[in-house]
Amino acid sequence: MISNLAWIFFSTLLINNFTLAMFLGLCAFFGVTTKIDTGWRLGAANTFVLVMTAVSVWFLNRFVLAEAPYLRTIAFIVVIASLVQIVEMIIKKFLPVLFRELGIYLPLITTNCAILALALFQTTRKYNLIEGIVFALGAGLGLTLALTLMASIRERLDVADIPAMAKRMGLVLIIASCMSMAFMGFAGMGSG
Amino acid sequence: MSGHSHHGAPPEPAAPSEQQDQTPAEGSSSARLLFTLGFFGALAGSLLAFTYQKTLPAIQKFAGEKVEVAVMEVLGAPPKLDTLYLIGDKLSRTPPAGVIPGDAIKLFIGIDAKGERMGVAVEEVAPGFASDVRLMVGFNPSTGALTGFKVLSQTETPGLGDKIEKDTAFASRFTGKIALPLKGTKSVTTDPSTVQTITGATISSKAVIKVINKAVETWKPRLEAFEKEGGK
Amino acid sequence: MTTEAAIAPAAAEPFVPGAPPPAPLRLDVWRGIADDNPVMIQMLGLCPTMAISNQVSNGLGMGAATIFVLVCSSFLISLLRKVIPAEVRLATYILIIATFVTIADLVMQAYSPVLSKTLGPFVPLIVVNCIILGRAEAFAGKVGPLRAVADAIGMGLGFLLALLIMCAFREVVGSGMFLGHPLFGPNYEPWVFMIMPPGGFLTMGLMFLAMGWWGERKKALLKKAVA
Repeated sequence: MISNLAWIFFSTLLINNFTLAMFLGLCAFFGVTTKIDTGWRLGAANTFVLVMTAVSVWFLNRFVLAEAPYLRTIAFIVVIASLVQIVEMIIKKFLPVLFRELGIYLPLITTNCAILALALFQTTRKYNLIEGIVFALGAGLGLTLALTLMASIRERLDVADIPAMAKRMGLVLIIASCMSMAFMGFAGMGSG
Repeated sequence: MSGHSHHGAPPEPAAPSEQQDQTPAEGSSSARLLFTLGFFGALAGSLLAFTYQKTLPAIQKFAGEKVEVAVMEVLGAPPKLDTLYLIGDKLSRTPPAGVIPGDAIKLFIGIDAKGERMGVAVEEVAPGFASDVRLMVGFNPSTGALTGFKVLSQTETPGLGDKIEKDTAFASRFTGKIALPLKGTKSVTTDPSTVQTITGATISSKAVIKVINKAVETWKPRLEAFEKEGGK
Repeated sequence: MTTEAAIAPAAAEPFVPGAPPPAPLRLDVWRGIADDNPVMIQMLGLCPTMAISNQVSNGLGMGAATIFVLVCSSFLISLLRKVIPAEVRLATYILIIATFVTIADLVMQAYSPVLSKTLGPFVPLIVVNCIILGRAEAFAGKVGPLRAVADAIGMGLGFLLALLIMCAFREVVGSGMFLGHPLFGPNYEPWVFMIMPPGGFLTMGLMFLAMGWWGERKKALLKKAVA
């Protein structure tokens, strides 16, 4: 049981990192990773939404969608959009400073494909509630890790002399490729 | 600029729209908003229900065929198949209530022309090199001898680990081996409980062995308990 | 990707609730393929472009599904643009898009199960493909159905084009095949790296580098011509 949960957590966090190995949540990964602070804050907000999504999806799958699997995609996206709205309202009310800093990134979470992908994977892999939550934690922390690492590299790039042709996205993608390669090194850790 | 701010593009209208939409005094009544959403929701739902009903036979046929092909392959094409369903930790002849038939966990029993049991086939999964390796495992429950296995899903390294699926010679090494439990080795072997792993894909090969051991370990007692109770 | 763009795209690019300037249909189609290519210029829909581009067949399937969803939803949204209240337009758009995505997903599962299995969650994930919602909001919701469809076809083809460039490069280099047919004979040792995730980032990076190089070159030529 514990080893199964540990495998779900670490394989999602490192080996099958949502961003670097599965290409999920790239918009945020490339769009918001210019500062470390915003990077990890967005990661934390995403993690929170991911865990909430995992719980809601489990309930949906268990009690609502069993009879109508064709409504999955619609139900998931509606739930995610509402969750993001709720999170936005909560942060606005209780953490106004953070809200101002996150501002525009919060609604971004709705269209972050990582969230919908989590819901879909959780469904096809038939995770139970606890597995789902652990999966969401692994995915969320994996996103945070990738966002923070990328942001810290890009903070250095700001002061580097980059050839003009690589300025737009080229270099960032090559860096992402190297990071993805580095994360591939974690493969195999599940089978001791 | 237009190329650069793309990441804000989809939510971008959402954020300002909140302020913009609230300003016009006339605004739509909430009844109209609710009606619009409800109407489109109902329309979407019925359209999808219709498509689902039209496509379901083909989807189920394929899913059924896929499982059947795997079962037939690992059991050596038995003339007759018997299906048991797992409910809780017990086997049963009747499918569990409230579960889509395709989602139920099953054990297939291959029966030959004389009515003798040729072997059983089950789906089992374990961590591989990159992610889960899912197999259909066929074995003889009384002896623990393998009748075969088929990879249902894996994402091992292309060219190395994926040989567990693509290299037919590897699969054939398992037939007849006794999985009580099975071990892996790097050299050629004739030992009945040892299998030679693939060079360069030791971890993926060991994952296959792990899945097979897990299948025999978990399903053999289940089947024995089921038969002890009279096989209802 | 500048900081101010990330923090306040709304301020940097004010949202004008007006229709795009009139243009002939031919231009509406062409814009998506070249000048405003959703992937290469607008950098939308990067997730599917990199994730499933290790085989040409994947690219064709993904492109077809996306074009279907894009064209159908743009058409419907444009038809209904005067009926949908502004307050709930995004919710309605997402509902319409999700419906067509599910239809595409079900049809693919039924009639092309192998492709559906390799594409996996990336078919339902078309719902959150920024290209579709972006076009609905920026174009289809503001113009007549004919122009909306023309634009959707253009954007769809532009997406397909980018996908196919990526797929062809990755499949040929990474597995020595094109559409599953071996190209170089048995002695070719495939550069497996390219069909694995880092190869996706690398290929896309190379594509952007090439475009950056081309852009710089054009700029330099222009400067020379002016001087």
